[in-house]
Formats: sequence, C-alpha cells, structure tokens
Amino acid sequence: MAITDQDVARIAHLARIALSPEDAEQTRQELNGILGLIEQLQAVDTRGVEPLAHPLSAHQDISLRLRDDKAAPGDESQRSALMANAPATAEGLFLVPTVIE
Amino acid sequence: MEWEIVIGLETHTQLATESKIFSNSSTRFGAAPNTQANEVDMALPGSLPVLNRGAVECAIRFGLAIGAHIAPRSVFARKNYFYPDLPKNYQISQFELPVVQGGSLRFFVGDQEHTVNLTRAHLEEDAGKSLHENFTGPHGESSTGIDLNRAGTPLLEIVSEPEMRSAAEAVAYARALHALVVWLGICDGNMQEGSFRCDANVSVRPKGQAEFGTRCEIKNLNSFRFLERAIQYEARRQIELIEDGGTVRQETRLYDADRDETRSMRSKEDSDDYRYFPDPDLPPLAITAGWVERIKAELPELPDAKRRRFETELGLTAYDAAQLTMDRAYADYFEQAAAQLPQGQAKLAANWILGELSATLNRDEIDIAQSRVTPAALTALIARIIDGTVSNKIARDVFGAMWAGEQDGNPDAIIEARGLKQISDSGAIGAMIDEVLAANPAIVEQYRAGKDKAFNSLVGQIMKAAKGKANPQQVNQLLKEKLS
Amino acid sequence: MSTMPLHTEFDSIEALGAALRQGKVSAVELADSALDAVQARSDLNAFLHVDAELTRAQAQTADALLSQGRGGSLTGIPIAHKDVFVTRGWRTTAASKMLADYTSPFDATVVSLLEQAGAVSLGKLNCDEFAMGSGNENSAFGPARNPWDADAVPGGSSGGSAAAVAAGLVMAATGTDTGGSVRQPAALCGVSGIKPTYGTVSRFGMVAFGSSLDQAGPLARHARDLLELLDPISAFDERDATSLPDCDGAANKPGRVRADFDAARSAQQGGKPLQGLRIGVPAEFFNEGLSPEVAQAVEAALQTYESLGARRVEVSLPRTKLSIPAYYVIAPAEASSNLSRYDGVRYGHRSASYGDLADMTSRSRAEGFGPEVLRRILVGTYVLCHGYYDAYYLQAQRIRRLIAQDFQQAFANHCDVIMGPVTPTVAKRIGENRDDPTADWLADVYTLGVSLAGLPAMSIPCGFSGSAKPLPIGLQLIGNYFREGQLLAIADRFQQATDWHQRKPEQQ
Repeated sequence: MAITDQDVARIAHLARIALSPEDAEQTRQELNGILGLIEQLQAVDTRGVEPLAHPLSAHQDISLRLRDDKAAPGDESQRSALMANAPATAEGLFLVPTVIE
Repeated sequence: MEWEIVIGLETHTQLATESKIFSNSSTRFGAAPNTQANEVDMALPGSLPVLNRGAVECAIRFGLAIGAHIAPRSVFARKNYFYPDLPKNYQISQFELPVVQGGSLRFFVGDQEHTVNLTRAHLEEDAGKSLHENFTGPHGESSTGIDLNRAGTPLLEIVSEPEMRSAAEAVAYARALHALVVWLGICDGNMQEGSFRCDANVSVRPKGQAEFGTRCEIKNLNSFRFLERAIQYEARRQIELIEDGGTVRQETRLYDADRDETRSMRSKEDSDDYRYFPDPDLPPLAITAGWVERIKAELPELPDAKRRRFETELGLTAYDAAQLTMDRAYADYFEQAAAQLPQGQAKLAANWILGELSATLNRDEIDIAQSRVTPAALTALIARIIDGTVSNKIARDVFGAMWAGEQDGNPDAIIEARGLKQISDSGAIGAMIDEVLAANPAIVEQYRAGKDKAFNSLVGQIMKAAKGKANPQQVNQLLKEKLS
Repeated sequence: MSTMPLHTEFDSIEALGAALRQGKVSAVELADSALDAVQARSDLNAFLHVDAELTRAQAQTADALLSQGRGGSLTGIPIAHKDVFVTRGWRTTAASKMLADYTSPFDATVVSLLEQAGAVSLGKLNCDEFAMGSGNENSAFGPARNPWDADAVPGGSSGGSAAAVAAGLVMAATGTDTGGSVRQPAALCGVSGIKPTYGTVSRFGMVAFGSSLDQAGPLARHARDLLELLDPISAFDERDATSLPDCDGAANKPGRVRADFDAARSAQQGGKPLQGLRIGVPAEFFNEGLSPEVAQAVEAALQTYESLGARRVEVSLPRTKLSIPAYYVIAPAEASSNLSRYDGVRYGHRSASYGDLADMTSRSRAEGFGPEVLRRILVGTYVLCHGYYDAYYLQAQRIRRLIAQDFQQAFANHCDVIMGPVTPTVAKRIGENRDDPTADWLADVYTLGVSLAGLPAMSIPCGFSGSAKPLPIGLQLIGNYFREGQLLAIADRFQQATDWHQRKPEQQ
C-alpha cells in the first residue's frame, strides 16, 4: 500500500503540479504518512450503507433544483470585466501556448 | 481470412435551449469571442453551476422517442482532466447514473431495415473552442486563442451499442439519429456549426470470433461523408496491420479529410484517469413520472409511430414510409396531400414527394417549407393523373409549370392553356396508330421478325405524333391489337 | 498604546445600531476610527487588504440612509470579510500567491446581502490559504496573530476574522467553516462564532474548498451579535444549487433565525430558565487527547448550564475518531477538483517562464500554491484515482452517513443540544510543530463530525488557560438541523450568566 515514486509522478501529472525531485521525495513521504492516517477507514464495515453526498440528504430528500431556460444578455463590455484578470489575451481571446495535436 | 468490422457511435448533440446547461448565458451561435461566457462559464472563483430545466426536457423527449428508460434519479459527475478549453479543468457530465438508459433506433440501409440498441444518453457541458491562428504570447511563444462562448452549451451524448457492421450502416444510423433529434426539436442539426458530432469506435475481428478486437476511437466527425470515409479507412488500416503481423493499439485518432486517413491523437493507455465522482455542487436530478407524462403528452407524433401509420393505414412500403418520416416537414406535407386523395392512392403522393418534388427542392436549394407547390395543389395534379386527364409524364411538365407560377399554379388551368389533356379516345388513338404503322413498314417488319425493341420505337413515334398526350396504356394495348 | 476604536464603546450591534439611528454617532466616524485601529494593529496581520476609500464610500452610503431614517439593524456597523469571499473593489486572494492580484467582477452573495443591509466593510481578512489549515500559518502573506498572545496562533482557517473581532477592530466578521474553521479560531481567540446548517447560507462567491462541507458563518463578541449577521445571510440563493429553499417547513429567508431565537428566548423564564433542556455530552469528546485545562473549563461551563436548569445526559458518538480520516479524504478530494481551475489561463498566477502548455500549468500551480494546499490536492487526487475511489472516497462517504446517523440517534433519543470542547488545547505557538502536517489534523477531532453531518454548531468563550499570558478556551454547542436560532438562544443565556465573552485582550 506504500506510495512509490511512480505514484507520486502520476498523481503530480494528473494534478498538473511540477515537483522537483526533492519535493517529490518529500511528497512521497508525507503522502505515505497521510495514507497511514486514512487507512483506518478500510477497517470499518460499511456493508449496506449508502454514501452520503449532500450532508442534508440523511435528514431529508434532497434533489436538484432547476433553472428556467432563459438567456441573459451578454456583450463586450461585460467581457472586459470578466477577462480583466487574464495574464494574456488578444482580440477578446485568452491566450495559451499552442498545443500541437 | 474473413473480417468483421465492429462499430459503435458516440454522438454529441448540442441541445437547442436558449441558455447554457449550467449558466444563463445565451447559446446563440456566432457571437464575438467570449461575449457569451459569464463568471460560471469562465469558472471564476466562487462561481457555481445551476441546471437548466430545458436541457433535461430535451433529454426526456429523446428518451421517450427511442423507447428508453428515463432514470427517476440521475447523478452529475465531474470528469477531471486539464485542457485550456475546459475552464474548470473538469467537465460536468454523468457517469454511473445517466438520465437516459437503453432504447433503440430503427433505420434503413438501402431497403434493409436495421435496429441498433442504444446503451445510454447523458447530459453534459460542451467545452470552449481553441483558435489556432498565429497569436503571440507574452514571451513571444506561439499561442492559441481560447473562446469560451461554447463552453457550457448543453450536450446530450448518445452512445450506441457496438452493433454496427459496416460504414454504410453507421452512416445510416447517424442520419436517422440526426433526423430524429431535429424532428424532436431538441437539436438544430447544423453539422457545420458543430451541433451534431460523432465519435466512431472501430475494431475488427475474424468472422465468427466472439471476442471483440481492440478498438480505436475516431473523434469529432462532423459530416456523414467523413464518418463513412474515416470508418472505411480505419477498418482497412486495422485489418492490414493485423494481417501484416502487428497488433492494434487502443488509441484516439483524428480523421484527416485532406489525406483521407486517420492519425493517432494520443494513446488511450496513457490517457488521463478521469477520477469521476458525483459533483458536490449538484444534488441528484429527480425526474418524476408525472413530468415524463406531461412531456409525453406534448410530444409530436414520433417518427416511428407515423411511419407505422403510413405503412398500415396509408399503404406505403416500409422504405417509403421511412423516407417520408426522416423529416417532420416532409411527413406533414405528405399527410396533407394524402388526406385529400382517394383511399389507396397515397402511394402516388409518396412517389411525387420523394421523386419530383424532392428533386426540384434540391435543384432550387430550398426547404419543403418553402415549396412553391402546396400539398393541395399537388393533390389536385395527382387527381388529374388518377382520372386519366394527363399521363404521369405530362403531369411532370404541368408540375414544372405550376412551380414556375404559370396560371397562378393552377394545374387545371395549365392543362387547359397548354392543351395537355391526354387523348384517351380509342378512335383517335387508333387513327394515329394507323398513320404511324403505314409510315413505318420497315419497323413493323422488324417487330414481326421478333425484335421487341421495334415495338418501343413505334410507341415512341405514336407518342410523338400525339405530342405526348396519348394515354400510354391505351396506345400500348391498341398497338398490340393492331400488330397481331 | 493605541486607543480602541469608537465602536468598542458599545456592547452590542444592537446598541451601536440604536446610537447610529439616533444620530449619536455616524458611520463615517466609526469607519475612520476602525480604519485607524486596523492600521495601528497591523502587527496582528489580521487584514490582507484595506482600502480606505472603498470603506468610506460604504460609510457615506450608510449615513445617507440613516439621515433619511431608513437605517436597519446593520446600517453603519463595521465588519470585515474573510478573504475567501469574492468582492468587487477589494482584491480577493484566498491568502494565496495564486490569486495575489485577483479582483473579482462580482460579489459573493454573503457580501452583497450584508452590503445591502448597510454594513460597512473594513476590508479582507487573513486566513489559511484556500481555507486549508487551523492556525492561519498557511497564509502566503504571513501568519495572523492571536491578540491574546502575539506568539500564538489565532486559529484557522478564519484566523484573521477571529483576531480582528477579538482585538476590537470590527464589530463582527465573516468566516467560513469547512471542518471547524469558524469555531476553532473563535475558541482560540475568545470570541463567539457559529457555523449554520449546511445549505442555509449561500456558497455563491465563496472560493470553494470542500463543496459539501463549506459553510459561511459569522464571528462576533457574543451570540446576540452573531444573530445580527447570521439572520440576514440565512437565505435561499438560486445561484447555489445546494442552497435549501426551506428548513423543515420554514422558508429559508431572513427572519427565520431571528424568529426561532426570539421564541427560544421568551421560553427562558424564571430562576431556571433552561429547565427541560437536555445537554448531551459525548463520552468520546473527553478522551486522552483533551488537555486538563480545556476539560476543566468545559466542565465548569456545563455546571453553569446545570445551574440554569439544564440537565446533562451522557451520549455516545462512537465514530468521533473516524471523522478525521473521513474528512481528510472527502475534503481534499473535493478540493483537488475545485482547485483545478487555477491554471494560469483565465486569471491567477502564471509562471514567468515556461515551455509548453502543460509546463506552464504545472509550474504556475507549483509556484502559486503553498505546501499545505499542494499536499491536499495531491492526496485528493490520489483518493479519487481509479482503483482507490471505492476504498477511500466512497468508503469515507459511507462513514460520513454513519456519523450523521450517530448524531441523529443522540438528538432523537437523548438530548436537545450537544456540548463539549472545540479544541483539545489552547492556541499553540506560531511555528510550533510544522514538520508533521497531520498533527494539526488530529486536533480537529471535535469539530469535523459536525461538518460531515452538516449540522449547526457554535463556539463561545468559557474560560482561560492558566499560563502567564492566559489563552482563551471555547465551549462547543451542536444543534440539530436548522436549529441555529435555538443554539444562539442557549448560548446567549450562558453569556447572560457569565462574562467570559466580555474579557478583552490587553493592549500589546
């Protein structure tokens, strides 16, 4: 059950977090420690118990509330406020380094 | 070695709602970049999704139309992966409990009827768009522009069982599915705008083998032609690969239309673990039986039901009925025309609509809704064929004149004005036949010598003399009599 | 030695509100005086963003309303917001480098509601980065300090909120509680704080950490002041799909909590005003981890309650310890997904140098997030992975249901309210025990279960440690779903009989 270097590399890639080799090793150790903590969950017999997603669904029936299908107007003035924090834009578009597929 | 091709299709249909699935931004196509994306669509900190009732209704309508089970409780799940056109870097989709389960689609391949079962259909949000024009980033790097207008557009992902066995079948399925979603009004079907996109899962196996071969997914085919070509290429590629001793690698591929080939995009083996889990921002979706009933009651008559009715009550062939129920406007036009024809003559209307009318609409590039000949007018023309006033052939000329607006499109007036009434008087016809026979003794000889073609030649001359207006059945009959 | 701001001359929001409406003091005066105090106490590092102009503008609006006789209970009252509530005007950083320069184009619902009620914001408060932590030491902008002892943590993650209230810089502050982040800093700073029932206060505009756990809640000097902030923000919000339209039959809107509070208060009559109240005391809360001084203070508080007529009942919450692993699977899992949006594309930190897109994203995130946040993202990613999802995430959600059931058993069969400690010890030293990331996690043992179950809970001051610089100790009150009003009334009764909540830290 111990976490390996490969595990750390895989998780870091999935989470898009760059880890230096030192950081990766420290992370590996920390994660192993944390796993030790959460391993306790395994020992609990939960047969027949449904997972609880919305905390109140144990208390009452919770189902998804729906919104009417109406469009709000949007325009270029709103766009500038919404994009004001962008690191790189051009012609109303967000810019990212090109990915070649 | 005989090979079998196995195909399953996943189709993404953009739902024709006013607003997006989780935000109230407009879904209208063609707006300036990022002017139809609010804080929710841009995934700004603190934003939250709220589900659009209209998108759910579209899903319910679809489920009813294919005879599927509509889940009374379905769950939205996060599909986690990083991509710049996916603002939250997760897509809200449905995983274990989709809204529509099962169902099937009937369609024709040529004149063979097929049924393909559907696995499921689920709701999810569309991603934004990447524009690969040459932008330059802050450090001079070659950059891509991201437009989030499309991000959050509601999608219904429709998954078929891998039951198709040829590219032709897959295309026929896709066309039928396309026709259905447009019929239901849940999708505008505009493939150029990306409203209807297919991913094809293709594998091959030796005929008779039970296990499936390794499959490849060809993504984002947005035309029926590309769908067909891509599947054909891919099947061939896999077969050749195996016959050369190689193994097919499970991967995602793209179809290159210019080169007519598929290319590997990324290996599915190294692809992301999507880490699906129920979205904690969205409690489970409850769909009551009452809601489903209400939508059922408001549904138009479905293509299947109409098709069956056209076959049983109006006597059409299965093929013609299927053709006419591909499009609601066509079906409506036909029904209106057939309603005014005598019992048992609906087939004539079908022939005319699927034949002459359809060809004319194509030629003029207009929809049946803009037809210059109304169902009533067409019926009037057909009535003149039935009562022998004009032959089928002459009727086509009349039709052309009606289309052009002659005599205000009135068939009787056109027939009158152009003197197109069919000659059915056996005396008159007999006289014309006698003239032609007298003028063509050599051909008569040939016929007597056993050349059947000579008969047609004589018929041709007679019709010419009659300026096409002689009743063809009578000509045939009388000519036969006179030659015997 | 600095003078305390003007608003501290008033015992309550109610009293200050009355003075404002009577014209005895103006909102601008209060705001200026508070701004000076914030400046003077920058040593506490309670505030991350202060903008005098924005504050004064709000104060002027409040004064205009007051002069027209249209002042309400919060008009002109100085408050501040934890920096995980997005605000137009003030930056919102979530105490992270990732959002160091971020300004939101919209306000959080909680912020809008309080602004509409006329409250005047002094700015944005320090906290643990992305609300992850219990000491405000995980802030990218330096720790906040406990006003009772500058070398002690104020608690977290709403450390700045608790410190600002304890130091008298504001009358009240907003915080968020995911696993105890309102209750615990309230306890460590000697102020009152409440986490309401999940779903009663909108999460729209709260930078998301653990979506199924996060709830906004106020901190203030006592229960009656908490009510003044909680009531207007307890309202159904259609922009949050987890927001509840109704609470066991009562509409989820302003007025509900106050009505329940008033009804509960008026039932408190005579010499034994809490006659009939059954207080459940979980045996598991008094285990070996609990420090003697905290145990003593809580015990004394329970005795005070008994003297007011309440009756103690021993109850059992058998899965108390399991709340730790369950929470530390669920919260990081949800966080790992919620924080994926921080990729340097549309906002937030983008690395100064990078190669391709994946590199840009990975570096930006590694640079923008602090170690605790990175740790939780990685754990959260791991437990959601194929192959582990069932054993960890689903298992944790099943145990969560069992924990919720345990509370329901207690309420159904034995008691009306549950009481116990908030934390095992008083505030630790800043910088202490930073090597073991999970040591802090274990100290959350009394607060996590409540968050997993979505129940309302409070912390009120009930004593001090015996150290040279006495440090506050908090009493936790846990109610059944939607009983915020009743909880506040029970807390208020205690605060009428004691004066822990009136103690103020000496000036440093």
